[in-house]
Amino acid sequence: MRVLMFGWEFPPHISGGLGTACYGLTKALLKCGVDIIFVVPKAWGDEEPGSIKLVNASDVALNLQDEIFREYVDQISYVEVNSRLIPYATDEQYYNIMEKTESGKVWERGELNAQKFTFSGGYGKNLMEEVKRYAMIALEIARQHDYDLIHAHDWLTYHAGIEAKRISGKPLIVHMHATEFDRTGENVNTLVYAMEKSGMEAADVVIAVSHLTRQTVINRYGIDPNKVITVHNGVEPSEKEKDLNIKRNLKEKIVTFLGRITFQKGPEYFIEAAYKVLQRDENVRFVMAGSGDMLPKMIRRVASLGIANKFHFTGFLKGDDVDKMFGLSDVYVMPSVSEPFGISPLEAMRSNVPVIISKQSGVAEVLKHAIKVDFWDIDAMADAIYALVHYEALPETFKKHGKKEVDNIKWDQAGLKVKEIYQQFLS
Amino acid sequence: MMKSVCFYFQVHQPFRLRTYRFFDIGDQHDYFDEYANRYAIMQLAEKCYLPANSILLELIEKYGKKFRVAFSISGMALDQFEMYAPEVLESFKKLAKTGNVEFLAETNDHGLSSLKSKNEFVRQVKLHEKKLKDLFGIKPKAFRNTELIYNDEIGNHIFEMGYNTVLTEGPKHILGWKSPNLLYCSATNPKVKLLMKNFQLSDDIAFRFSVKQWSEWPLTTEKFAGWLNDLGTNAEVVNLFLDYETFGQNQSKKSGIFEFLKNLPEAIFKQTDFQFQTPSQVSASLQPASPLHIPYPISWADEERDITAWLGNDMQKEAFNKLFDLESFMEKCKDKQLLSDWDKLHTSDHFYYMSTKWFSEGVVKTRISPYNSPYDAFINYMNVLTDLEIRVKNSCGDLKDLSANSGVKKSTTRAKKTATSAKKASASKQTSKKKTSSETK
Repeated sequence: MRVLMFGWEFPPHISGGLGTACYGLTKALLKCGVDIIFVVPKAWGDEEPGSIKLVNASDVALNLQDEIFREYVDQISYVEVNSRLIPYATDEQYYNIMEKTESGKVWERGELNAQKFTFSGGYGKNLMEEVKRYAMIALEIARQHDYDLIHAHDWLTYHAGIEAKRISGKPLIVHMHATEFDRTGENVNTLVYAMEKSGMEAADVVIAVSHLTRQTVINRYGIDPNKVITVHNGVEPSEKEKDLNIKRNLKEKIVTFLGRITFQKGPEYFIEAAYKVLQRDENVRFVMAGSGDMLPKMIRRVASLGIANKFHFTGFLKGDDVDKMFGLSDVYVMPSVSEPFGISPLEAMRSNVPVIISKQSGVAEVLKHAIKVDFWDIDAMADAIYALVHYEALPETFKKHGKKEVDNIKWDQAGLKVKEIYQQFLS
Repeated sequence: MMKSVCFYFQVHQPFRLRTYRFFDIGDQHDYFDEYANRYAIMQLAEKCYLPANSILLELIEKYGKKFRVAFSISGMALDQFEMYAPEVLESFKKLAKTGNVEFLAETNDHGLSSLKSKNEFVRQVKLHEKKLKDLFGIKPKAFRNTELIYNDEIGNHIFEMGYNTVLTEGPKHILGWKSPNLLYCSATNPKVKLLMKNFQLSDDIAFRFSVKQWSEWPLTTEKFAGWLNDLGTNAEVVNLFLDYETFGQNQSKKSGIFEFLKNLPEAIFKQTDFQFQTPSQVSASLQPASPLHIPYPISWADEERDITAWLGNDMQKEAFNKLFDLESFMEKCKDKQLLSDWDKLHTSDHFYYMSTKWFSEGVVKTRISPYNSPYDAFINYMNVLTDLEIRVKNSCGDLKDLSANSGVKKSTTRAKKTATSAKKASASKQTSKKKTSSETK
């Protein structure tokens, strides 16, 4: 069984959950004997300085030289496309990348036996054009290779998937990691929406990362429920305990928000809940780690509530700093307005931090040992925070069960489920 | 020799807590969800209590002295019937008048005090006795502890209160090769007679009646009577102990459970030589087959038949201990509202909602939790308890002033208090030891 997969680049350049998810799923599929031709757009060379990074603060930095992965590298056909496509990009952000990167700079992959696809003619002028250009390259790749199925991850690659299906006549599976409604609320970009919709309509199967996403796909895009299947994401097994030498200098309990500070992540609800808790208890500190377009507004809100001495902004964190932040935290809150899956609470739990997650997240469907609240219910959120810092038995119980639970949410299960879907088309 | 079927039904409903946030602490003192409680009682009255009671009444009219059953109705349920469904109380009174129905003693709060404090346990039983006297004009003769929780020590306490008949579970790890269908007595006090639940036959009705995948489905009265015959000549008493909500709630009306109840006596009279008897009758008419030693508490919950459904995890233990930390203050408390709130917080259901056992699959969950998760249950309970604690300690400030005026009295109560708390400490040590051992299992 051979699959032409339009995915996203592997670590270390991971933008949010998408890269991590592609990485985890691909690995699991390889494990159960699926052949994969993996096509990725390369937005920038390695560590291009000056370019804006849309890396989610909650990223796990996974190493491409990772030994487990290396086992599979030989089995995978890796096709890179010089493209400036990046996940979670908006038109404006795409423009910024184009401004800040030297066009035409060729990036060398190095050790991996990757095959680089060159395409004459520069990058697209804007995001939509780049998507089209990418689809044309895909067409060329699709013509040159032999495979049984096509699998495309998120809307930027759907055009490519559709083109590949057209030329090869092979079944197309599209994978919804996020919808435009998750990213923007009700202010959807109609072009993006249209592209998601046409991708799903052209597809033979739509895989949604949660029941929540599946419902959105059915209700908001009008996709036939019979072809939408939920496959929950997994999580990478814990790395070895790092000795970060975390020293706590504050006697107060620390409650943390860690993620992009954007509409989707619901940072304002975290601030309102913090205010409620602080009115009752001065011995708690709140931290908002990350950056994003809503950051200035959030800082102003904290100032106007008069809680700035107890509410701290760290800016964007990465690598060990993320682990350190978890190490310092007593509570982790993910108040996302709409989170197709949401991997960061799992990382917090792995660091033995009890989590409060919004019911509007896919991860809430698989987690038992977490407190679940509606994102808008700041009373419930404040109550949960208060309880976690006051009633000792509560965090103790979470610690006892949390890590074990996370270690059981494996990509292997997701891989098997996706393979089953593949097999439907081959029999 | 006469063989008997002993039907006993547990009737209990907790006062459910409202969503009580931490910012209500010190400010709001109304803890209970008036609407949810009224709704639950009214639903159950219509679906279960009223139709089931009327069937029992018909059966008694039809068969006279030949048909008997027993009830234990918790004080919490009785209070709520008075508040929300007086017609249910009336129908129980009618049953009481027939003389064919035995009402059992238990704790008023349907709590777990037997595992923690003898004083509180006794106080709760006295409250319940008074309620039975006031409402039904009866004095109970047999005892049924919350959720059939029992061990040798509890048996002794029950005996000291004047009861020599106790209903409990008949778990495999206690009975071993012994049959549950005989009368037993306590090894530490042979005067305490024990009726052991036949969980196989009881749960066939309570849990499996409407399970279509069950190999014995559908369960007919003829089949059930046949099983009684299959028990052979050695069976002297078959104890069928059920939640009363089995009828119409846990097993829906559609499943035919009411017809089963209605027709069972006839099938039993026709096919077998079993009679219906109440617990006290059984205890008076049979000789104990052998003494039983039950050092660790048993109950009718889950596969384990132990107390881990209520006091299995850290949250449950923490909440329970914090509740009982207030006991010494409450002993002196005169504030009726405060006492009544404290009682309602004892109810075992609150602790059951905090259980994390349901996360492992395949457990029969007999009571539906109003909470989304055990964590939510714990948080809400602790918020309420924190407020109660503040109220108790505030009102105890007044008590201190009072006792300062009568110095002699104060010193004697203090001496008494240290004695009981020392005893308490050793008792709780024992139970916590048991808890950990059952957890590691």
